Order: sequence, then structure tokens, then C-alpha cells
Amino acid sequence: MARCGNAPPDDVPVVLAREGQHGPVIHAANRTARIEGILPGSRVVDMRAICPELQVEYADEAGDHAALDRLVLWARRWCPWTARDGDDGLILDTTGADHLWGGEAAMLVEMETQLSLLGLTARLAVAPTWGAAWALARFGPVRSVCGPDEAYFKLGSLPVAGLRLDDPTLLLLRRLGLKTIGAVMDVPRLSLTRRFVKAELQANPLMRLDQAMGKLAEPVSSVDAKPVIRAQARLAEPIFDPTPYLPELCEDLCDQLKQAGLGCRRLHLTVYKTDGDVSYVDVATSASTRDAGHLHSLFRDKVERIDPGFGFDLITLAAGAIEEMQDEQTRLDGGSDDDLHLTLLIDRLNAKFGPRSVTRPVLRQSHVPERAEMQIAALAGRPDEGAVLAKERPLRLLDHPEEVRVLYAVPEGPPAQFIWRRQTHRVARYAGPERIAPEWWKDRPGTRLRDYFKVEDQTGLRLWLYREGLHEDGRGGDPRWFVHGMFA
Amino acid sequence: MHKTLAGQGVRPATMPHTLSEVFPAHPTDASAVGFVLSRLPRTNAPILWVQDRLSRKEAGRPALVGIGVDRPVIIVDLSRAADVLWAMEDGLRCRALGAVIGEVWGDPPSLDFTATKRLALRAEAANVACWLIRRAASPDLSAARDRWRIASLLSAPHPHDAQAPGSPRWALDLFRSRRSKPGQWVATYDRAADRVHLAPSARDRAVEPRDGALRERAAG
Repeated sequence: MARCGNAPPDDVPVVLAREGQHGPVIHAANRTARIEGILPGSRVVDMRAICPELQVEYADEAGDHAALDRLVLWARRWCPWTARDGDDGLILDTTGADHLWGGEAAMLVEMETQLSLLGLTARLAVAPTWGAAWALARFGPVRSVCGPDEAYFKLGSLPVAGLRLDDPTLLLLRRLGLKTIGAVMDVPRLSLTRRFVKAELQANPLMRLDQAMGKLAEPVSSVDAKPVIRAQARLAEPIFDPTPYLPELCEDLCDQLKQAGLGCRRLHLTVYKTDGDVSYVDVATSASTRDAGHLHSLFRDKVERIDPGFGFDLITLAAGAIEEMQDEQTRLDGGSDDDLHLTLLIDRLNAKFGPRSVTRPVLRQSHVPERAEMQIAALAGRPDEGAVLAKERPLRLLDHPEEVRVLYAVPEGPPAQFIWRRQTHRVARYAGPERIAPEWWKDRPGTRLRDYFKVEDQTGLRLWLYREGLHEDGRGGDPRWFVHGMFA
Repeated sequence: MHKTLAGQGVRPATMPHTLSEVFPAHPTDASAVGFVLSRLPRTNAPILWVQDRLSRKEAGRPALVGIGVDRPVIIVDLSRAADVLWAMEDGLRCRALGAVIGEVWGDPPSLDFTATKRLALRAEAANVACWLIRRAASPDLSAARDRWRIASLLSAPHPHDAQAPGSPRWALDLFRSRRSKPGQWVATYDRAADRVHLAPSARDRAVEPRDGALRERAAG
């Protein structure tokens, strides 16, 4: 199901593999590989022996799962009640919906056409029960339609694997000589009950048979699609600037959100141009909201970036990332919530300058000064993990330490004179050294240690100076000096 | 009455927060930042710190360990001075902030009298302290209520080590103020107590007898 750009041709045997207990096993095989005799569930190394030109790709099971979940909602075009069935199936409750498509047979043809347009091969069947449909779709004839009373005859000739049983039970039934569902049906019920009285549903052929025949209830519980909240403005003639329509759209959207008790964290503004082109503007908020004025303010400078072309005649505003949201009163005296104001401010700054330029530094566990801080998103709730240092640290740090030229070096302590940014500084007093060793678990081999000094020059400028390395430490030539920060 | 019930308490009458400008004598001098930090209100409210690109490149970024970890800092990195002013003005709408600090390099045309007037009015309306640190700039027309010039001086002697620099000392020059008398001081910053001790500058005119020779004033 995973579709990628470089699909192999059909005449090459390709399999998808997943990790098994003893090395990779085959997850799925294409048609050519199946013809070669390669079965899902067997080991890849064994199958390579059968078919040396076999191509193996790793399966994306989580991606398949998500795609199937999306397909569940997509299949609501045919009937309102759909659910996912295992890892590879959909179950659609088409009761009362088939006449809209011209009968059950015509509906199956329509479904197969639409699915093949998506690039999917499907095996379809209509049956009165979930179990019968499962068996017919996998082991029955193509597009089989099973009437209300025909389940007994249609299922009788299918293999016993169509009963949705687990592997040990299938093995047991095969050893008992029961190869088809019909053979299981013909066994007296009393003797089967005696044999499987304590078995679970997965291992109980009798209960599975009852489900397939409709004697045991098996309801289809459907997933809920998230409500689509959208406001749109249809215009009588093309316009070039959507700004006058935005406040009304935002208010309409927020009214809908309020009615449903929801808040949104994303807004998609879509502009449909007269020449068939479509433009998007997306904004995001850091907390879910339904404040029309705030949402409108996020679009303040973004709308101007839309290229109107020949004008547009339809504007839609859709809410994304919808969450439940209740009106809360945080304080008894009805005062406003300070945190909320802060989230609104961060939203405005993020919308205008991008989330990368609005950050909050937090401490990290590291002695190296440039690693002791980390920039995180402004409202990310992450506690400081680093401990506060007792040593004096500069107020300002340079992003990249700047090398100084030493004019007059002394054997111990910082240089007596150095040139930094084309100005000569004479060291009047200094404190140090404070030695910070490289972190061997992070740094590259050969990284030199640093000796930090707080120096004060003749004018009172206090700098944080460090020497990288020692004389003759075997990690490069003479040590170099850098300015890393400024003290108050 | 109901204010006390809501846990607000009665605030002592303090000077309202407003816009102040600081001109460091040397662009790489961090004394201006130290002075601004020592004047901020002692709360745990977050600080909005807006820098333009040149300030960050030439004078570095604020280091969290140096400025103290107890209050969160939201740093906004921007490239143009106009954006810095926009972000500061937007931040001053938010009463949850403890202070807004902006750094602008040079004399950009967008930082004119009107821009500073807008900042000052917004800061006074929201009662949020707003500081504008202007490096490599000339103090021309501005609506800032207080304007300071700051330079580093040789630090005080270290109590235990004659070699080492001690508490930082700054030459403060309040050259224009709407609220108090302009003057010049030598400030010694006591890092442990987070206090600034002010002494009138030696070049100042004769001290009036009722003022006392040495004044101590708490920061903030």
C-alpha cells in the first residue's frame, strides 16, 4: 500500500519484509512473487533460495495503518457507517445505501473503479454478516453478492481459513480433516461444542460460524470523523483583496466553534482564483482559541502576500487542529488571565516573524558554556534540567568566540596585551583560570581543553577570555586565545 | 476592599514604569545590560528581550546563567530595527510581561521621535518597564522619559584577591530625565545582594549639605 515514486515494474518479484523472530520475514508479496511460490510469513533468506532475483523492501506498517484509517473516512462516500477491519480490510455497513448506486452488484463495480483510481486493488463482497463478507471477499469469487438466505450455500465450499480463526486452531481443524466451512457445518453441533467449550472467540470455530451465519451478533462500531468547521464567502465578482471579508469569516468560524464547544490551533485561508488557481495562507496559535479578534490579527501581514492574479471569487477559512475547549473563569473577581495574554503575544510574534525567531533559553546539563543553554519554543513546557552554577558567568555570550591576537604573552595567566577587533587591550587585572575540559562523549577526538579568565583592561572593559589547549598537549600547535563573553 | 480579598494587596506608591534609553559608551560594553537588569522590577514575570541582528552579532546574546535563571526570558531575534520596534510595541500590550528590553544598533531611520513616543505611551499605559539599549548611536531627538549614558569603570578592589577584578563599577550619566533631576554618579554593583550603590561623581558640582556625602539607593 505504501506508494513511492520509484515503483518497480510488475514482472520483477518484490516483497515487503518486516522484522520477525529469526530475521526478516515476508510481510507482503507482489503478483510475480506469489506466482514464484513466495508466501507471506516465511523467512526472507529461505525465499531468496527459491527466487534469487527477489527484491526486498522494508514495510511501513505504521504508514499502512494510518493510510487505512484515512481510507475508512474516505469510504463514507458510499455509506455512512464504515470501520477498519484488521490490518488489511474495511467493513462498510451498506444497509439501505446500495439502491443509491443501482443495486449491490453495481455498487461493487463502482467501488472497485474508485479504489483502482486511487491505485489500490480491492477484493469486494456483499454479505448479510461481517463474518460472511470477510470469508467471501478473501476466498470467494470476484465481487460475490450473497443474499440473506444464501450464506449457508455460499460459504460451504470456502476453505476453513475463512472463519477468521487463529493459526493453532486452523492447524487443529486441518488435522481433524475439516478442510471447508461446509465440513465444519456438517459436524454435529454437540461434539464441536464439547471440544471447544472453553475456547476464546479467536479459537472457537463454532462461535465464528455463528457470527458468519448471523446467529451471533457482531455489531460494527464506526469511528467518528472530526467535524469540519469552515466558513466561506462567495463573491459576486472577482476581487483582489480579501482583507474586508476576513473579520466576518473569523466571526462566523468562531461562532461555529463556540456552538460545538471547540477551539482551534490552526487556520487555513484558501483563496480560489478565477483562473482555477488556488492560494493558501496558514496561521497557527500556541493554545487553542476561538477569539475572532485574535485570529484575525494573525493574518495581519500575511494576506498581502497572496498573489491575486486575475482576482478571486471564493474565500474559505477552515479550522484545523480542533480540540475540545471549555470556557473557563480562572479568577473569582473576573480578572483576566495573564497566561492567556502571553500566549496571544507569542502567537502574534510567531505569526509575524516565524516560530524560529521567538525562543526561550533553558539550561542544560553541560559545563561547556555554549552547550549549557538550549533554545526551545517560547511556550514549550520544559523544566530546566541544569543546575545553577556558583561560578560567575558573563552577562553576554558571543555566538561564535572571536580569536584575539596576542601581543605580549606571559607564562602564566592571560596575555598582558592583546588585540581584539582592531583595538589594543592591556590587561590590568584578571581572575582565573577556570578549566573546562571537553566533553569526550560529545566532542570530536582531539578537541582541546579551555582555560577561562575574567580579565579587565585599562578602560574597565571586563571580558571572558579563554585559551584553547595547552603548550605541547599534542593536539595542535600553540594554544590560541578567544573572547567568549562580556561581564557587566 | 475586594482588591485585598483577591490577593492583590495594596501596592506601595512607586514611580510608574516607562520608556528609558541607555547609551553604552562602548558597543561591546555589557555594563548597560547589567544596569538595566539591576533596575528591573523584582518579579518572576517573563522578560521580552528583542535584539536586532547587528546587536546580537557585535555584542552577543544574553546568557541565561549570567542574568539569573529565576525569571523566564523570551528572546526574539530579528534582523531590522523596524521589526524590533514592532515587537516591543506589541509586547507592551501584554500586561503579563515583567519588562520589555530592546536592543537597536546605530541610528536607524525608523527609530525616530514618533516611534519612541509610541513606545513611551504604550509602556505608561500598560505600566510595564521598557528599556531601549542603543549601541553605537547618537542621542538625538527622543521621547524617552529617562536617558542614560553608561560606561564601565575600573572595578572595585576584590576583597580577597588583589589581582582579580571585584564588583563592577559604572559611570552613570542621567543626562535627560522628565521625572527626576539629571546627574552623574559612580555606581558599584553588589552582585550577591543585587544592589546598586550610587555615589555622586567626583566631577559633580558641590554636594548640597542636606544631601549627605554618600547616598545609598536601592535598585528598582
